[in-house]
Parts: sequence; C-alpha cells; structure tokens
Amino acid sequence: MAQIKKINTPLTEEIIESLHAGDRVAITGVIYTGRDAAHKRLVQTIAEGKPLPVEINGQTIYYVGPCPAKPNQAIGSCGPTTSGRMDTYSPILLDQGQKGMIGKGPRNQSVIDAMKRNKAVYFAAIGGAGAVIARTVRKAQVVAYEDLGPEAIHRLEVVDFPCIVVIDCAGNDLYKIGPEKFRQA
Amino acid sequence: MKEISTQKITEVVESLCLEAAYNLGQDVEALIRSGLAKEESEFGKYIIGQILDNIEIARNEKTAMCQDTGITVVYVEIGQDVHVVGGSLQEAIHEGVRKGYTSGYLRKSVVADPLFKRINTKDNTPAVIYLDMVPGESLKIMVVPKGGGSENMSAIKMLKPSDGVDGVKDFIVQTVTQAGGNPCPPVIVGVGIGGTMEKAAMLAKKALTRQAGKANEDPNYARLESEVLEKINLSGVGPQGLGGRVTALAVHIEDFPTHIAALPVAVNINCHASRHAEAIL
Repeated sequence: MAQIKKINTPLTEEIIESLHAGDRVAITGVIYTGRDAAHKRLVQTIAEGKPLPVEINGQTIYYVGPCPAKPNQAIGSCGPTTSGRMDTYSPILLDQGQKGMIGKGPRNQSVIDAMKRNKAVYFAAIGGAGAVIARTVRKAQVVAYEDLGPEAIHRLEVVDFPCIVVIDCAGNDLYKIGPEKFRQA
Repeated sequence: MKEISTQKITEVVESLCLEAAYNLGQDVEALIRSGLAKEESEFGKYIIGQILDNIEIARNEKTAMCQDTGITVVYVEIGQDVHVVGGSLQEAIHEGVRKGYTSGYLRKSVVADPLFKRINTKDNTPAVIYLDMVPGESLKIMVVPKGGGSENMSAIKMLKPSDGVDGVKDFIVQTVTQAGGNPCPPVIVGVGIGGTMEKAAMLAKKALTRQAGKANEDPNYARLESEVLEKINLSGVGPQGLGGRVTALAVHIEDFPTHIAALPVAVNINCHASRHAEAIL
C-alpha cells in the first residue's frame, strides 16, 4: 500500500494534479461539511444568482452529518455519508470552483466529467469509522443553515484526516479499478 | 398478571439506545475480525483494521461508533399476561428514544415528512415500533438503530415460483453487489423469503438481528445462505467497495409459508455496524 501523502487545504491545482486514485492522504486544514439538504440550498442559491453563505471556490466539502459533541469533544462521531446522493448537485458546485469532495461510494459520470473539466479530486473516508475520524477534528463550528441540525454546514479544522484518493482529476476511479482486480465471478 | 410501568419502559429504551450505538455486539465484531484474516487486498485489510479500532474507541469512550445512529426500530414482544400501567406503551417507547438520543449525544436523523416537509424532528422520534403478542408475562424490547446508507441499498422483488432457487440467489447477489461501496461493506445481508410483500420485508429486517453468522436451522436454507455468501464475495467489491474478498460477513435468511402464486424476496442490507441491543422486563 502506498505511502501516506500529507496535504493541506485549500487544495491547489498543483496538489490535485499530484494525486492519483489509490493514494492514501492525510488532510490538514479547513474543510466544510454538507449533505443533501445543504447541497440543495446551495444549488438553489446559485440558480437564483444570489451570494452563497460560504465561499465554495477552492474549498473541500465533506459529506457528513456529525453526532453532537460531548462536553470534552470538538465533534461527535463523524464518518462519511453516501456521496451518490450529492451527484445531482456536485457538478454545479465544481463549476463554481469547488476543488475537493470527501465521502464514500461511487460517483456518476457527470460528476467525473465535471471533475476532469475543473481539475478536482474525490476522496473516500472510511464509512462507519466515525469515532476514529472524530479524533482528527480539532474545531467544529456551524457557519450556515443552522436550522438543518446535523445537516447544517460546519467549518471543520482537521489535522491528518485519513482519506484515500478514489477518483483523481484524470477520471481514474478506484471503485472500478479495485473490484476489477478481485472479481472472480 | 404482571404490571410494568411506562416509566420503566422509557428508562430501558433510553439505555438500549445508548448501548446499541456505543457497543457493537461481540458476535458482529468476531465476524469482522475473521474477515481481516480472509481479506487479501491491502486497502481491505487497512479498512477492516480501522473499523476494528473504531469499535474499540466507541466502546471505551462511550461514543457513537457511527455518526448515523439511525432511525430507531424497536421490536416489542409483549406477554399476554403483562399489564402496562401509567400511560401508552408506544408513547413510553418514543419518550425513551427522545431521551436516549439527547442524553447519549446521538445524531437526530429523522425528518417529519418524507416528501413535502423534510424537517428534522430534532429528537429522532418517531421510532418505528413493531409489537408482537406472545404467551407469558415478560416484556422483551429490542432496539435496532438502522442506518440510512445501507437501508437505501435494500430491495424487494415479487419473483415467480418458477424462478426458483436460482432466481432467488441471483436477486440477492445482484442487490448486494450492485450496491457496491454505498452500504459500507463488509455488510450483513438480511433476507426474507415468502409470506406477502410486507411480510418478506419484515423477515429481512428481523434476520439482521439474528446472532451474526449463525446459520438457518433448516439445512436447505443454511446451504442457500452459504452459497449466496460465497457468490457475493467472489464479486470483488470488497471493504468499502475498493476491491477485495470480504464484501459480506454473513447472509441470514428467514422464510415463511406463502401463496401458491407467489415467491416474494426481500433483501435488507446492514453495514458492518450491525447494531442492536435488547432487554427483558
């Protein structure tokens, strides 16, 4: 298995071009959370030509709805949710300059096309490892759509957040390459 | 006649919500551990290792193992000679869920209306409650927090009797392998065969709560379970869908008599965090 590459957000084009499907990375910096409900609002706001509540350009969105933090925690359990539900919205945000996505599970062709067109990268975090991942979050703060509860947009400060590059900016897709290697029937 | 108070029921449901979210059953953990030994993919081994670390952290720190602490399914087996006193049984269960998800710092994942007003109810209620009346004077409560990612990959099909064993096998294998990495493999697969449409779905859900990896007592169904499991694991989907040998940890099939025209098959998928906790009052 590949060495772990340490990378920082916001992701530059140079970093993105250096990442390949199958690389393990440790991400440090600021990322934003967003799931179905927040994506729907962001995309509606863009369609109406209004300003977004957070700057998406250059940013990374983590598909997660965390558990509430206990008094001694920055955040509760916070593993990824299924990314496919964001496929309708992601191409629009990628065209607005979003550079990174973190989630779990495959993406459709229109997302992959938008990633190639805009030089973006998609990472997988381990689904169901929410308590492990929570340890890499130093600070969490709701910055938009507070009424959505766990689906609100949070700003997270993470240190060495463990991920795998699953779709790179050339469109290589570990969800296709990986199972192909092990398929026996 | 035995009297059980609604207050007691609320307390028990509250503590079962926490127990289920923090502490994965030893049976499921043992299956995950055995998956680590079978896995050949480097990513697969790394992922299963992280899942095992996560189980340990959640248990020791009393924190949710997964942020998706589910919609709360509650099975109640109520003895015919039990008298619930102090209010409504159902309301006592909802109150237990409300308290558990608040005091346990669990995520509230329920919206009030599925289509028009998807507004979070902020306390994870209502629970999905199934009541079953049985002989005796005890009350058994099982709390099953069910995650959305794996639930979304579940399916039901009304097969024709002529589709037979092969038709059933193909439907189960297709449902699990087409789900790919979405339901957080390695998964546990609950299958209901027979009954009516909703009965098959109920059997599939209940099958998820069987002791993990325990075979059906009927040798025909036990063989079907192991053949389907083998076929799923030849697909190459692997842990988290990134390729590998261990896509499913177990296949649990439950069956029920059915109509002469029918062969309903339901597949309910659970992620590796296959959670449930029960108590008998």
